[in-house]
Amino acid sequence: MAERTLAGLRGIVLDEQVTFTLGELSHACGVRTELVVEMVDHGVIEPATSTDEWQFYGDSIVRAQRALRLVQDLELNWPGAALVLDLLDELDRLQKR
Amino acid sequence: MEFKDYYQILGVERDASQDDIKRAYRRLARKYHPDVSKESDAEARFKEMKEAYEVLKDPEKRSAYDQFGANWKAGQDFQPPPNWQREYSFGGGGESFGDAGQFSDFFETLFGQARGGGFGGFRTGGRMKGEDINASVTIPLEDAYRGASRTITLEVPEADTDGSVRRRRKTLNVKIPPGITAGKRIRLEKQGGPGFGGSPPGDLYLAIDFEPHPFYRADGRDIHLELPVTPWEAALGRKVKVPTLGGAVDLQIPAGSSSGKMLRLKGRGLSGTPPGDQYVELKVVVPPASDEKTRELYETLERGHSVNPRAKLGV
Repeated sequence: MAERTLAGLRGIVLDEQVTFTLGELSHACGVRTELVVEMVDHGVIEPATSTDEWQFYGDSIVRAQRALRLVQDLELNWPGAALVLDLLDELDRLQKR
Repeated sequence: MEFKDYYQILGVERDASQDDIKRAYRRLARKYHPDVSKESDAEARFKEMKEAYEVLKDPEKRSAYDQFGANWKAGQDFQPPPNWQREYSFGGGGESFGDAGQFSDFFETLFGQARGGGFGGFRTGGRMKGEDINASVTIPLEDAYRGASRTITLEVPEADTDGSVRRRRKTLNVKIPPGITAGKRIRLEKQGGPGFGGSPPGDLYLAIDFEPHPFYRADGRDIHLELPVTPWEAALGRKVKVPTLGGAVDLQIPAGSSSGKMLRLKGRGLSGTPPGDQYVELKVVVPPASDEKTRELYETLERGHSVNPRAKLGV
């Protein structure tokens, strides 16, 4: 296998300091915008602002991708995936104590 | 290449019904799904299961696979029969699984590359993005405070000139910005697997985890520290040195403190807007009465005091 080193790559930390538009979020997840709208409707992810043009915090990308994998691999529906993600977050929080 | 025993992977008999196979996959998927499971090898196990299920849930693929018979054992060196390609044609299986290059050589030789399709038809048509890659890196807390660089090695799929997909090792040097917290992900755009047919490459998501620290514990941007103090420091109130990620600072202990008292050093946690705080929990450490002098001092205290620390317990 060939090796190649690229030096000093800077990424974006996916936290509440960065926001993405609906289009950017859909692109990052590799899905159509309609699907992201569905996720918002079912409370899987929430827009950061309530203005007409949605903006999403960085962590929404991670959450949306996890939800997509859960729906696909475990044959869950959106409310089920949202519930699993909420419970996993809660479990994480409790384990950190 | 190695033979894969798909029945063994799903833990079902060779004569299992399609329903049994579905049930076995669902049960295992709940246990080993990398987004849910805490098992260390969950990702590798789940990938195997997905591949096994992809073959066994499809009667056509299953019957093709079944003709190798029960004599094949997992891990045995395997070559497909010479007439395989002519007898069976699986035009790129797995339309429900979007990520290319996910399955083993064994699968791809028999059934073709599981490319394309995507999320139940929801994936953006035409412009199929390359595979997103998830990786993780564990760093010491000090590196999260100051920022650091990490060299990480990934295996990414790459299309050969003949169109077949190979895994290639790729080494990246990634900057970790100061103030990152555990569980956060860094997104490196277009550093994932290559796209096919002129489409853009996938992205790399690098999850950050912290190494356990001998005395700090991080909670988001806040840092927690248990600070040992002597009984007289706690009782009389003294200024003591406290380590922080940015270096030692002086902390005034209020007179009359006890174990468990929490003090806050504002802005001394991980950087950010706003920066985290450092929480210091006092732990009174009682020196043993191991010599005559200390013993006498404790006895003086005992004589001068008639306090009952267990009054609230009713004894």
